[in-house]
Amino acid sequence: MIRLEKRPSPSRTVGMLTPVLAVLLTMVAGSVLFAILGKNPFLAIKTIFYDPILGEFAFYYRGQLLVKAGPLILIAIGLSLGFRAGIWNIGAEGQYIIGAICGAGVGLAFYPADFWFIFPLMVLAGAAGGILWAMIPAILKTRFNTNEILVSLLLVYVAEQILASMSLGLLRNPDGAGFPGSRNLKQYEAAANNELIVGTGVHWGVVAALIAVILAYVLLNRHMLGFQIRLTGESPRAARFAGVRPRLLVVFCLGASGGLAGLAGLFEVAGPAGQISIDFNVGYGFTAIIVAFLGRLHPVGILLAGLLMALTYIGGEAAQATLGLPAAAIQAFQGMLLFFLLAVDVLTNYRIRIGRMEAA
Amino acid sequence: MTEALLTIEGLTKAYPGVVANDDVSFRIAPGEVHALLGENGAGKSTLVKMIYGLVRPDAGRMTFGGTAFEPATPHAARATGVAMVFQHFSLFEALNVAENVALGMEDPPPQRQLARRIREVSETYGLPLDPDRLVGDLSAGERQRVEIIRCLLQDPKLLIMDEPTSVLTPQEVDILFETLRKLQAEGTSILYISHKLEEIKTLCDNATILRLGKVVGECNPREESARSMAEMMVGTTLHTPSRDEKEPGEVVLDLAALSVASANPFGTSLRSIHLEVRSGEILGIGGVAGNGQDELLAALSGETPAPPEAIKFCEQEIGHLGPNARRRFGLLAAPEERLGHAAAPDMSLTENALLTGAIREQLVAGGFLRWPQAQGFAEKIIAAFDVRTPGPANAARSLSGGNLQKFVIGREILQRPACLVVNQPTWGVDASAAAAIRQALMDLAAEGAAVIVISQDLDELMEISDRFAALNEGRLSAPRAAKGLTVDEIGLMMGGAHDMEVAHVA
Repeated sequence: MIRLEKRPSPSRTVGMLTPVLAVLLTMVAGSVLFAILGKNPFLAIKTIFYDPILGEFAFYYRGQLLVKAGPLILIAIGLSLGFRAGIWNIGAEGQYIIGAICGAGVGLAFYPADFWFIFPLMVLAGAAGGILWAMIPAILKTRFNTNEILVSLLLVYVAEQILASMSLGLLRNPDGAGFPGSRNLKQYEAAANNELIVGTGVHWGVVAALIAVILAYVLLNRHMLGFQIRLTGESPRAARFAGVRPRLLVVFCLGASGGLAGLAGLFEVAGPAGQISIDFNVGYGFTAIIVAFLGRLHPVGILLAGLLMALTYIGGEAAQATLGLPAAAIQAFQGMLLFFLLAVDVLTNYRIRIGRMEAA
Repeated sequence: MTEALLTIEGLTKAYPGVVANDDVSFRIAPGEVHALLGENGAGKSTLVKMIYGLVRPDAGRMTFGGTAFEPATPHAARATGVAMVFQHFSLFEALNVAENVALGMEDPPPQRQLARRIREVSETYGLPLDPDRLVGDLSAGERQRVEIIRCLLQDPKLLIMDEPTSVLTPQEVDILFETLRKLQAEGTSILYISHKLEEIKTLCDNATILRLGKVVGECNPREESARSMAEMMVGTTLHTPSRDEKEPGEVVLDLAALSVASANPFGTSLRSIHLEVRSGEILGIGGVAGNGQDELLAALSGETPAPPEAIKFCEQEIGHLGPNARRRFGLLAAPEERLGHAAAPDMSLTENALLTGAIREQLVAGGFLRWPQAQGFAEKIIAAFDVRTPGPANAARSLSGGNLQKFVIGREILQRPACLVVNQPTWGVDASAAAAIRQALMDLAAEGAAVIVISQDLDELMEISDRFAALNEGRLSAPRAAKGLTVDEIGLMMGGAHDMEVAHVA
């Protein structure tokens, strides 16, 4: 009989090992999946995990790694603050879209002027857009006690409609021969978020992600607000007793995660994506949820998890291209990662005992 | 010596890392009321679970009525003639009394016949109970009757009662004891588990005392003092809390018509509570659980807001202030629920020290935490209150109940409160830790703080309070000097028998 026994204290060692275990389990289950699809599982795993870093074309992929990891980390850091406190912002994708629209809108409004402050202003507008979009679930929750999971999630679809309308209407490139999508910001120097060091993939969004990691670490470990966030997640009643004001915390956590998601959107639209278009968003806001949990809601863990997740994206694309794996298989592979992570998570607080079951 | 009903010889039960029962032997004669005494964790529950067929012993044997007795399930135990009333009731509030009783029976008769049997049994044993009433409408004492009658319908030869009086007023306890004496007169044996030593002295013929899983003594409770039995339970000499008589000082906390509607539909609303506490004084607030104790603590700690003028602290209106603003004034509180309210279970003791100590101990500077100081404060609590733990980095949930309670109370006392409110300060705490906590509260009052102790343990309140008041359905009785109060008077302040009819035992 196998049973679970609660540990007297949560194990820190196991807590750090579970993500590694989850990655290994995902590789095993993924291999089975790829084998069933008729592909060589070892080659597939090598293509996803090894080639982008050390393979023949790694010089190209390495830059892509930071381009993908940057927004994932930036969004996941914001989400992790709320998740720590039990405030579930599932709608980062929507905040990302609105941040991008607001930021790009400000930049395009100045076109073709050339002022030094245009890009900083776009950054502020991107953050503000994300914050405002996140304030909708925040205010509905604090005023009317609605569920922030549902409201933030549904607002993603509203944001997608706005995105479509913007690319077809207000922000459409007047010189674009009627094609949907805005002007390309990469070709507008004052508003472009270009690579800071050529060939590395490092743009302002990657820098912002690193700063966010450091700030989140300081907040959670050294600041009263971070302590209140952790306390609320651990034990809401004790938090109330300790003087935490729950509504304020809801507004702060949703605002912070919305703001960072908005920033990620702005850096993406002004850099790698270049323009507002109907299919501008590619699911970073949802993948960041996986990244946040894979990183144990810990800033440094999220940094590593973001890089890993970016790797599966790039390696997955490579596997699609070279091995002909279907895109759905890669998505299933990424989904397995979260599934196994949550499954082995239980080991942090419980240990497995093999032995006879006690009556009662 | 008469033939024993139940003999227990050498019962042993080990769990990983702990021996719950080690070579336990005793015997119960027919018609005997036998007490099982011991601190929390002494092994009382494991022992009765083995008798009731819930847990199998590793070694040892039992005989019941002269034949070998090895119940594999509670069903087998009941068939042999063992019945048990648990501390926590297992009743469905939406069903009536007869339906609840039927649910616990192996082979229930039709409802009407069962209702008649319930009436018969309840009259015979002086436990008036209407089989048609909804359990949800019954008081705790009446619910316990449902459980007892459910047991009596099986005609048990041995009735096990686990802490039966913890939810009863003194008047209700009297009714229960009448019933138990009548059962005893009919030849039913009773195994009575309690830590209330005065009750055991009045009710029981014999007592077996357990400590750390072993039998450490047997005695006749009528010949022992409560103190000598407590010392046998603890294994050391108990220090009785004491302090010098002192005139109370200025009024520190003043409640004027404090009314707070309960946010929880099953909670109790506070209704127009008036009270004054002076510096140097301990006010004891008694009452049966669920009569507004949690709500009163939340209103005083600042977790539930109140109209500003309803709570005055040193003549300032503070009813609208939150917990931290009140801490700045020096009004501190320690709630009943240790894990999840007074402390965060998975957080370290250092973090839990920060939980309420941040403001008064200056553990925060400009919003940033001062971890070394927080750890220092946690270490100070651990040292001053003899908290048994490897160190402040350990999670709160790894501490035993008594040690965590010492930590929680110590955390507030070391912050030098002008007024401290505690709810159930010694609930589930072993006797030596309880004595230490009571002494600390009395020392705090002696140093000039005003102290409010909310508790369901009347002995505790009588021991440490200067004045006593009782909560009953959210109302507070007028406080009276604790010295010279009789048990009857206290019982009436607590709401008497809660409208239960007083039984006339045939």
